Parts: sequence; structure tokens; C-alpha cells
Amino acid sequence: MSINLQSSDFDLFGLPERFAQDRAAIDARWKELQREAHPDKFAAQGNAAQRVAMQWSVRINEAYRRLKDPQKRAAYLCELRGFPIDAESNTAMPADFLVEQMEWRESLDEARSQADLDALESELNRSRNETLRRIAQLLDDQGDAGAAAEQVRALMFIERFGHDVEARIDQLGQ
Amino acid sequence: MALLQISEPGQSPDPHQRRIAVGIDLGTTHSLVAAVRNGVAECLPDGQGGVILPSVVRYLENGGRQIGHEAHAAQADDPENTIASVKRFMGRGLADIAGREKIPYRFIDKPGMLALQTRAGEKSPVEISAEILATLRYRAEDTFNDDLYGAVITVPAYFDEAQRQATKDAAKLAGINVLRLINEPTAAAIAYGLDNASEGIYAVFDLGGGTFDISILRLTQGVFEVVATGGDSALGGDDYDRALADWILNKAGAQAASAGDKAAIKMAARAVKEKLSDAQSVSAQFRAGDATCEVAVSRSDFESVTADLTARTMTAVRKALRDARLSKDEIKGVVMVGGSTRMPQVRRAVAEFFGREPLINLNPDEVVALGAAIQANQLAGNNATGDLLLLDVIPLSLGIETMGGLVERIVPRNETIPTAKAQDFTTYKDGQTALALHVVQGERDLVQDCRSLARFELRGIPPMVAGAARIRVTFTVDADGLLSVDAKEQASGVEARIDVKPSYGLTDDQIAKMLQESFTTAEQDMKARALAEAQVDAQRMLLATQTALDVDGALLPAHERAHIDALMEQLRNVAAASHDAGAIEAATQALAKGTEAFAAERMNHSIQQALAGKNVEAI
Repeated sequence: MSINLQSSDFDLFGLPERFAQDRAAIDARWKELQREAHPDKFAAQGNAAQRVAMQWSVRINEAYRRLKDPQKRAAYLCELRGFPIDAESNTAMPADFLVEQMEWRESLDEARSQADLDALESELNRSRNETLRRIAQLLDDQGDAGAAAEQVRALMFIERFGHDVEARIDQLGQ
Repeated sequence: MALLQISEPGQSPDPHQRRIAVGIDLGTTHSLVAAVRNGVAECLPDGQGGVILPSVVRYLENGGRQIGHEAHAAQADDPENTIASVKRFMGRGLADIAGREKIPYRFIDKPGMLALQTRAGEKSPVEISAEILATLRYRAEDTFNDDLYGAVITVPAYFDEAQRQATKDAAKLAGINVLRLINEPTAAAIAYGLDNASEGIYAVFDLGGGTFDISILRLTQGVFEVVATGGDSALGGDDYDRALADWILNKAGAQAASAGDKAAIKMAARAVKEKLSDAQSVSAQFRAGDATCEVAVSRSDFESVTADLTARTMTAVRKALRDARLSKDEIKGVVMVGGSTRMPQVRRAVAEFFGREPLINLNPDEVVALGAAIQANQLAGNNATGDLLLLDVIPLSLGIETMGGLVERIVPRNETIPTAKAQDFTTYKDGQTALALHVVQGERDLVQDCRSLARFELRGIPPMVAGAARIRVTFTVDADGLLSVDAKEQASGVEARIDVKPSYGLTDDQIAKMLQESFTTAEQDMKARALAEAQVDAQRMLLATQTALDVDGALLPAHERAHIDALMEQLRNVAAASHDAGAIEAATQALAKGTEAFAAERMNHSIQQALAGKNVEAI
């Protein structure tokens, strides 16, 4: 297999192109690759080697960031399969999720106590795990990247909303 | 804990091939240089046998300079021309300097980085630091009786881009080839030998003279991964001295009116602090005006006036653990670095927080330089069996200014470097051919709360209707944490020209000017120096190319090999015959350019080898 800077993250890391991944394997491979490509390894070999090493090292870090994060990995797979997320212009999300969103917003507005927020946070966690499970199913078993892309947008919403909840928890704590 | 390393017979490189590579700890209060000799890292002593060089530079009447102990001793007598703790001014504006009214220097407020007025004229912190670095360089060259190949210089993990760039500029000014800037705590961990079979998460608590750093490192099979860094670049032993000095003055009912008094009381406070590490009570003696004062200070007095400083270190420790998403029980060991960790109250606070005794068996003043030396030795290629790999993170987020003075984050804090991020911009008006970008560093949402790094003007954008141009700007952060920017208009492929206006620091022209004016040229013939440097560069390039050919020459088709051989031959001839630095540089450049494709090929080859037969199939 020939690898170059344009190879996919999965090819670069020698991993099967799928959503389900073993995090420990990703970490180990990242270090293995950086051992080969990090500019430090070429510190005594002139500027040309340094520059190329830097390009590789940057590329490996980019792939690592995408592969290790389930949301970024899912978005990347959707894009590879022709369904880019385009979060700014495309807001298509699963219909049932839109209803859920509105309920959460209301819960956050009405939350008065730490217990209310804790309940909302665990509800978000449940939804996050459920969405990830669906994404795995859609990408790895059903080969439906279009539907998976909608779930990824839902996941992105959950992450953002999670930050809002955390901010409220911080406020209450003060 | 650090074990002696012994190389196998025949394993150590030919002494003539060995490159002199050193580690330099450019510290706030003092600096050290260390090198690996006979397989062991050790600090290099000066003529008097001491390893510590006080980071103090004094400018004399006759245009001369004193650097180190002599300058340190003159602080009280000649405070305005004797600059200590210059590290805290590196890459900093006047407004950034806390408590500057108590510092006896004549500051000049300049955009980006302040300067200091001395009897030798206006001096940038970069120039002053370069004096210290050059002194250490000469010490190393005298020790080995050979030219220095390069150095690893340590910086606090918390240093932002401006401070790192200023450090690198200072090295350049001192004629030092920087192999790498590494974080001080990482160097300390290397010195403690934590690379050997020390899997796990370690904290490095580094309280120096002027800076405090806490770093959380994850060590796995020789890989040093900085998972989080934090600290305070304006908190250190100097602050303990100052707090104690204020308390002593108050207690004595005295005033420090002159700059000399201020320096004297500060030195008295420092001496008291150092004695209190062993003693329970000490008497402070100093002069204020015409009077000589004496005040008794107990350890508990000292601890209570500095309790808030110690508390600040622990706040930063908690924040770093939060950033790393770790609890304190997950930390396998705490390494203590910096002379200020000799203070009993600091050791106690750390031990109480982590519930374990910190590691203190190496000299906390030397530990950073020793680790840097080990890394320098490896980077110079002297230790072929070494396999340390330092994967650092960027300590503060990089962003750009957008409408309304808001910051758009481009590279978030604690992201592994090197890294590159591309961002697309477009034009606002029809026919617009230029764009201005403002790059900042920091965690706050408003530009005014972040540090301004540079302003870029992109020029030469082809005229189009508003919003039609797609200018892709790529921000690259290298392994040292330094930023470079390039831009390209996507549709036309036109490379936008970038005019960099560093908000801090120095342009290449300014550095060239300083070099001309500096110590390096005052005593030596400028031409001879340029020639010597061109020769060193040529030999370095030839050696690098030869090494690459020996290892991977087989990758080259015959005609490319012949081309490279010809370029090498040409460079050898020019270097041997010419006394023209420009001609040698041109031939070196030609070889560098001619081997670029080969270097790319070698990299591809090495990556492919790394991948071969290691596909992960089963999950």
C-alpha cells in the first residue's frame, strides 16, 4: 500500500475505514507514525528534510485528531462517502431530534437547581450515547451515510448544548 | 534515580564525527549550559569551576559589558545599567510587567516589546538575553575547543508565541543554531530518566526565579506527551523576595528611596529566604538611605507573607489537572524543578495536595539544563540508539480578529504541534485587492484581552466582485510553537503576498542590524565571521546529505544521484577554494534545493516502512 500526504486518515493509520475503532490502537499508531516523521528526527539533516518532516507530522496530527474523536470521525466518514456535514449551510437533522431539542431548551430555561441541571446533563449523555450507537449502525452496518450525516448534526448540537448546560452549572456554583 | 548511561564498545560515534550539542537553561535568575560527555549529561563549569551563570548583564562606561557574577554583584551600585531577570521582559510590552514601579530600570515603552535605556543606549530584552547566551556558547566552545553545532534551549511551557520567538531571536543574535526549543518541565522529566520504564502520568512543578510552570506529562514507551500545561509567567522566587522585602521594610519602618536601596533590600530579602530553608529564624541586615537596619525574620513570618503566592501555584496546579481531565490520584509522581522549590512551604504544599512526597533528589537548579543536553545530544545525531520523542502541545490558543473585535479561534490550546489550520476569507468590497489579518494568542473572547502576535496584510488579490475571492490562509505552528502564515487565492491560484508586522519582537532587518552592532562584531572581523559561518553551514549540509545518501541512496534513480553528487562536488570545491561567503551560501542553497525531492522520497519511504505489515484488522 502506498501512502502519501493525500491518503485518507484511515489509510495513513492503517485502520479499516469504519466508524467502530479501538482508541488504544489509534493512540499507538499515532506515536508509531510520529516516531518516523517528527521533525526532531531530522534535526541534523538539513532544511529540506525538516520541511518535509513537518508536513508529514502536521498531517499525522490532523488525522489523529479526527480519528480519535467519535464526532469528527463520523463527520469525516460521511464526507468520504459523499455526504459532507456542512454544518453552516445544512441543518437537516432527524425529525424526532428536533422535538427533543426544544424540550431540552425548555428544561434549561426552567432549571432552578443543581439537581435539575444534573438531570438534564444525564439526559444529554444518554442521548449522546444513543446517537453514537445509531451512527455506528448507519455507517458500519447499513451503509447509509446520508442518514448518518443527519445524526452527526444532531451530535454536534448535543455537544454545543452541553456547553450551555455546563456554563449554567458554573453560574450556579458561584 | 538518573542512571549512568554507558555505550557499548564501538557504539559511540567517532569523536571526530561527534557534533558539539548543548542544552541551555536560559533562566530568569540564572542560566546554565550542559552537555553529554562520555554518555553522561553534566553542567559545564566556568573558569572558576561554578556552573551557574547569574542572568545579569551590566553595561559599563567604556562600552564593555559584565555578564554573570560580576554584574550580579554590581546590582546595588549600578542598578540602572545592570539588568537582571530580563527573561520576564521577553516578548512583553511595558503594560504587561506587574510591579514595574518597583523595578529600578529605565523602561522604554515600545509597541509589542519594551526596551531598556542603559548607558550603552537602548537595549531590547532580546539583545540582553543574547549576551547571556553568547557567554554560555563561548563557555561550551572553550570546554570542547570546537565550534558549537547547535543547542536545545528551554522555555517555560507557558511561554506564548511572542516569548518563544524572542528567545529564538536571542539565540540567533548570539550565533547559536537552535536545534529545538523545549519546555523546561519536559527537560526536567528527561533528566530524571522518566523515559526509562516510567509509564504513567507525571506532574512537573517548576517554580523558578520569575516563572511558575505546572505541566502534566504522559509517558509511554519513550514518548513524552504534554497533556496539559499551565502556570503563571509572572510568578517566581523574585515575587517571594519582593513580598519579603516589603514586609522587612515595613517592619523596620524604613523607606527605599533610591534605586540602589531597592536593589540592596531585595538582595537582603533573597539571602534571608535562602537561609530560612534550613534555619527557623534569621536576621536581615540592609541599608536604607544612611541608616543600617536590622530585622528578625522567622520562617513562619516568611511563610505567612508569601502564603498567597504559594496558594497561586496550587490554583494553577488544579487548573492544569482540570484541563487534562485528571484527578490528583492519577499522578504517579511530582518532579520538583527550580531553586524556589527548596522553600519548605512549597514542598509541603505540593506534598499535601498530591498526598505524596515530590521527587527532589536531583539539583533543582541543574535539572532542566541536564535534560536539554540529553535531548540536544540526540537531535545532533550523536545518540543513534536514542528514541525519545517529545510531542508538545500549544500552550495558548491562536486566533484571528473578526468583526467587532472578537476572536475566532484557529488553533485551540493544548492541541498537539506541529499543526496547520486553513481558514478561508473573502473580500468585502468590489475590486478589493488587499486584506488585513490580525493574529492573537490567548483564551479570551475579546481581542483586547488577548496578546497581539502579528498583523498580516495580504496583497495582490485579483480584483473580483465582493465575496467572490476565496483566500485560503494557512496558519502553521511548528514543533517549537512558532507561527508562520501563508495565503493563496483559491480560484486564480495567486499567492497573496504577506507583509508581517510582528506586534512584538523583531523583523529580520532589525536582527541583521543588531548583529552588526553587537558584541560579535565589535571584536571580530565581520567578514571573517560570515565566511566561517558559511563554511560551517556548508559542512553541515554536506554531512547531512552524505548521511542521507549512505542510508537511502538506493531510492535514487541514477541520474538524480549523479545530479546530487555533482552539487555536492561543487559545494566542496567552492567551500575549499572560495573566500566569498555569498558564493558558499549559494552553493549550499543549490544543494539544499537539489535534495528536496530526495528528502521527500526518503520520508515517504520511512513512513511506508512504519506502516508495513502493521494494519489493525481485528477490533
